[in-house]
Amino acid sequence: MQGEVIQVGVDNVLGEAARAKAEGYRFVTMTCVELDAASVDLLYHFDRDFELRHLRVRAAKEALLPSITPVYLAAFLVENEIQDLFGLRFQGLAIDYGRTLYFDEAVRQAPFCTFTVEDGSKDG
Amino acid sequence: MLTMTPNILRNLVNPAATRRYPKTVRPPFENNRGVLTNDMAICTLCGTCAVKCPSQCIQVDKKTATWCYDPFACVLCGVCVEHCPTGSLRQGREYPRPVLVKAPVVLQGSIKKKSD
Amino acid sequence: MAQTIIPFGPQHPVLPEPLHLKLTVEDEVIAEAVPAFGYVHRGLERLVRIRDFQQMVLVVERICGICSIIHGMCYCQGMEELMGLDVPPRARFLRVIWSELHRIQSHLLWLGLFADSFGFESLFMEFWKIREKILDTHEATTGNRIIVSVNVIGGVRKDLDSAQRQAMLDMLGEVEEAVRRLEDTVLSDYTVCKRTVGKGVLTAQQAKDLGLVGPVLRACGVARDTRLLGYAAFNELDFEPLVEEGGDCHARCKVRFREIFQSIDLIRQASSRIPEGELAVKVRGKPDGEVVSRVEQPRGEVFYYLKANGTKNLDRLRVRTPTFANIPALIVMLPGMALSDVPVVLLSIDPCVSCTER
Repeated sequence: MQGEVIQVGVDNVLGEAARAKAEGYRFVTMTCVELDAASVDLLYHFDRDFELRHLRVRAAKEALLPSITPVYLAAFLVENEIQDLFGLRFQGLAIDYGRTLYFDEAVRQAPFCTFTVEDGSKDG
Repeated sequence: MLTMTPNILRNLVNPAATRRYPKTVRPPFENNRGVLTNDMAICTLCGTCAVKCPSQCIQVDKKTATWCYDPFACVLCGVCVEHCPTGSLRQGREYPRPVLVKAPVVLQGSIKKKSD
Repeated sequence: MAQTIIPFGPQHPVLPEPLHLKLTVEDEVIAEAVPAFGYVHRGLERLVRIRDFQQMVLVVERICGICSIIHGMCYCQGMEELMGLDVPPRARFLRVIWSELHRIQSHLLWLGLFADSFGFESLFMEFWKIREKILDTHEATTGNRIIVSVNVIGGVRKDLDSAQRQAMLDMLGEVEEAVRRLEDTVLSDYTVCKRTVGKGVLTAQQAKDLGLVGPVLRACGVARDTRLLGYAAFNELDFEPLVEEGGDCHARCKVRFREIFQSIDLIRQASSRIPEGELAVKVRGKPDGEVVSRVEQPRGEVFYYLKANGTKNLDRLRVRTPTFANIPALIVMLPGMALSDVPVVLLSIDPCVSCTER
């Protein structure tokens, strides 16, 4: 993949995003890649003058992830999309659609995952 | 002000930009991707078209020697025509016509040889 | 004053896109705007698990009608990089010609819709009349009006002979002349200026912070155009990103209007420098690895992330379309606007909801 890839832990995502912002990077998007039944790779893509930087975060599907919307407001849409399609959950989202960005409230499954994870009653 | 007036006056005297379809029909362009036809006399039922088709609208049954095509699932991309080894698949210039009943096209061929 | 919530869309006379806005209104002034989606989500990204990587070219082209070839081009460039394919120079030039032709028709479509958003019906019809010429050229050279499907991994499927190129250049001359006749109306007409100047203003800093792309960003004075990456044959052509100051709806309109002439110029350059040679190279083997691919669409930068695993199906395809990046601008722009200006401001980002939801 073009650009530098930085492997970070779940706790450091917000800090790394803030560092990228301070260095003048533009938030491009996030990609969620399913690895196996229990974990996903989250890629945060940043760009500065056509130079890419990616943060790679390995996360469990049940984990509550920090939202980077306090740093990059533009991330709210993609984080909501990942909540919808992969069933992950983000904490501190600026605008939280509660898994209804693309689907009805009745949809409880994560269609982009091979195995969907039951997410209990907290969701909605 | 009135920057649009010259255009409007021009449109008043110029002929219409549209055609009186269906009275006047423009002939289709030379390499239009139109209706798909299969010449069963040369089709060997190899099944390449069924494999390559991105919308999976072609089914080939080698046992009964039938070639089945759903024109309403077809996106007229022309990939099957490009990959057809015998050239039995052809794409006409005319776009598909509207019909009253949606029905698949089933063509009966003959099994040429036991080799593929 | 009590607040009222007014739903805008998904069916709205001005916007043929199923985008819903929840507008919180005080008097007639917007206090808050929250976009809502989900009317055309098709899950096309997931289709990579079922269709093989070569069939996916035709699937990604159908993500969006208006920029279909550029979606296909972006996907193909990503796959070519992944598989180490060297695209023949002629194919790279043909990609430039067709993608710039696509950009012109997209901008003409948008200019028409934009005129329609403030009720300038005759201007709308004028632009769409010009656009028909481009669509006819698409049809004559590739076989279809919008979904031209000329890209394959490794090159292009169709060729343009010199007669076709000459016909294209003649047509572009007519288009240029017809668009020039509307220049005064778009750039300085009283009605147009009254409805667009000073509406939906974004500063350059705001635009950068929100990660905006394309003409919306360039209208804020930021010279950023993904074509500067020099993909396809853009590294061999001369062009400068078009920039406008002001960051309002009129500046966005001016950027897109001027980009039509820029694209015409690029096609002329590409047409005169096109080399002879092969159209495509053969694809061998299966892709493996990760890659990102970026190209400039009429609406801005499109971003593809591809992950392959050595089989004929990809692991993951992620498409970040330009509208997806430009939607956050609405949340910032709309508060403080009058309700009657919402259609104009909304259209000024050129929303393509089919792209956004995929």
